[in-house]
Amino acid sequence: MADNDIIEAPSYEDTISLLKAKFGDKLVFRTSTKKNNRAINQKRRIFLSTDRETIYPLCEYLHGKLNYEQATSVCGVDWVDHLQVVYHITNYFTAVMVEIEVDVPNDDPHIASVTPIWGGANWHERETYELFGIIFDGHPKLERLLTPQSYEFYPFRKSYKLRGQE
Amino acid sequence: MDMSLYPHAVAMSADEFMTWSSAMINEMLSAGTKKTVDNLTGPIWAWAMRNSMHPLHFGLACCAIEMAAASAPKYDAERVGMIYRSSPRQTDVLLINGWISKKIRPDIRRLYEQIPGPKWVVAMGECAISGGPWYDSYNIVQGLDQIVPVDVYIPGCPIKPDAMIDGFMLLQKKIDAYFKRGVFMED
Amino acid sequence: MTEKMNADKMWVTMGPQHPFSHGLWTLRVKVDGEIVVDAEPEVGYLHRGWEKECEQRTYAKIIPMADRLCYSASMTWSHLYCKAAEEALDIEVPERAQYMRVIADEICRIQSHLMWLAAVGTDLGNLTVFLWALREREFFLDLNVRLCGQRLTTNYPRIGGVRSDMPYYFERDCMRAVEHFEKTLWEIIGLTDESSIFVSRMKGIGYITRKDVANLGITGPAMRGCGVDYDVRRDDPYDAYDQLTFEVPVLKEGDTYSRYMVRIEELFQSCELIRQAMKKLESIPKTAPYRVKVPRCVPAGTTCAKIEDPRGESIMYLVSDGSERPYRLKVRSPVFVNVSASKNMVVGNRIADIPAIMAMIDMCLGETDR
Repeated sequence: MADNDIIEAPSYEDTISLLKAKFGDKLVFRTSTKKNNRAINQKRRIFLSTDRETIYPLCEYLHGKLNYEQATSVCGVDWVDHLQVVYHITNYFTAVMVEIEVDVPNDDPHIASVTPIWGGANWHERETYELFGIIFDGHPKLERLLTPQSYEFYPFRKSYKLRGQE
Repeated sequence: MDMSLYPHAVAMSADEFMTWSSAMINEMLSAGTKKTVDNLTGPIWAWAMRNSMHPLHFGLACCAIEMAAASAPKYDAERVGMIYRSSPRQTDVLLINGWISKKIRPDIRRLYEQIPGPKWVVAMGECAISGGPWYDSYNIVQGLDQIVPVDVYIPGCPIKPDAMIDGFMLLQKKIDAYFKRGVFMED
Repeated sequence: MTEKMNADKMWVTMGPQHPFSHGLWTLRVKVDGEIVVDAEPEVGYLHRGWEKECEQRTYAKIIPMADRLCYSASMTWSHLYCKAAEEALDIEVPERAQYMRVIADEICRIQSHLMWLAAVGTDLGNLTVFLWALREREFFLDLNVRLCGQRLTTNYPRIGGVRSDMPYYFERDCMRAVEHFEKTLWEIIGLTDESSIFVSRMKGIGYITRKDVANLGITGPAMRGCGVDYDVRRDDPYDAYDQLTFEVPVLKEGDTYSRYMVRIEELFQSCELIRQAMKKLESIPKTAPYRVKVPRCVPAGTTCAKIEDPRGESIMYLVSDGSERPYRLKVRSPVFVNVSASKNMVVGNRIADIPAIMAMIDMCLGETDR
């Protein structure tokens, strides 16, 4: 059936229109105001933000239908009143990179893991867990990776101060 | 350059050689038997140990690349006797060349204890001397001398391979002084 | 009576201090006789909290810190950081600086690949390659010294351009180094490629399918040796790369030998790039600016900059809040993901092949652990 066929190299416009058609107003697209950025001017970057219920179906659609093969990075940001997870997903054929921001509340830092879709996100999510405390549900092995096992704090949160910082 | 450890490389006239050698022999024979044996064999041990310092094959960070470049043809470290050994049981020198995180700290202590004595420790680079650019990190030990006793500090970030060879020549002096006091009969 | 022999599989720790590990990491492998059935890499021995320390330093002070992320290829990392800061400030770098950055990057790439070749030589038992590759590398380190005073962690790019213009006779020195290197690289290839023992130690092991490579996020020459045709310099060009023509070597076999061949071919392509960039620089007047002045504070917003590191595709994601220090600076290192995929590469091969497989990933643990 034509709807299930994978599009190998969806262009920038195609990607945006297909995503809008599938997810409607759950995705909020952002346009960048930068004038001197070559990648943005040549239409290789898409910026959007969404909520944490949509992230897994969105990633499945990006991987399954739009052939965005590589989860380039998954990182966390600590805005003091809430946490945020930022995904960067790339397509090898068109070199378009999608940046997805998802807000996660402080008191319930759970979000679905995209490791079943892209194996490359495995260690990125583990690192975000150990540095920020964001828990990825469905991750095969969510343990400390970079810091010693005995550490119990989340170093990259703004509440943890480094030596010499008050 | 300090050539006191390499008298064979210094040119002397015949008279100078007579004075130097007779002074040496007088000094060696002027004490009792034990001391004489020590004085005779001490320099031999010193010469052997200082010209064959075997460091451990342990590269941590940026200074390890310069350590590898020091074994390269341009700065050949093997001419001062350094051959890297992979097992700590076969080395004399523990060469730490990078920042020390809390995870590797027990392993460094363990490697130090696995090296059979007499052993020396060389701290290469700013990170091993005092923590380096990572002064406010939550995971970095601020200096190698918090874990093991250090003999030679080589500053630089990253150090030049010339500085590493110079540091090893300083270590040679230290080894020389340690063995020349005569350890053969005194244990 | 068939009593099944309790042939235990055992976990072998190829620990942090091991001659094969280029960098400080542990690979625990579960072996059944000689064949590896499971593997578990363990990293974190060099973790410093780099990204958190960056939040305490002003934008200009982070450039030497970015050098020490991957110390073999430090020019590309400080270039990436400056690119991220410039995109956040939304300024355009002058043309002369763009070409200088391209030349510096390619010198860095050649020198990093030569260090990799030296490590491959030691791992596979060919110590002459170690000596010859490091001897050639010294010429490019001398070029670095002429350009910016330091051999390894160069601190050459600045936000808004480069630190200084080319010194006198730099074109002559650069061309001499490149021409000399192109001849001696054939000698080194004569030691490696034409030695059947060396080749047979690499062919047919460490195989990954193209689908796995894309899914696991492996980038760089390891990816191009498995059939994925993607290079940030060509597909998502930055600085002066869209004015230069070069080929991107891609091989389809997916084993260790093809990853090795891709890097050797990249050495030739880097020489070609330096030559073209030097030629194009002749048409730009020598008094053209190589640096623009930038404001101290970066406007609020998010930026994502991408670059082709010798080891793969690196990204810096910068969140700024209008002050003179970054709010969050995330580094995506290619080796981090390549090492996480080491299980797929190693399982099924013999334990004696592990040094050859892991050598082809070209690890630099400073950027993995940050």
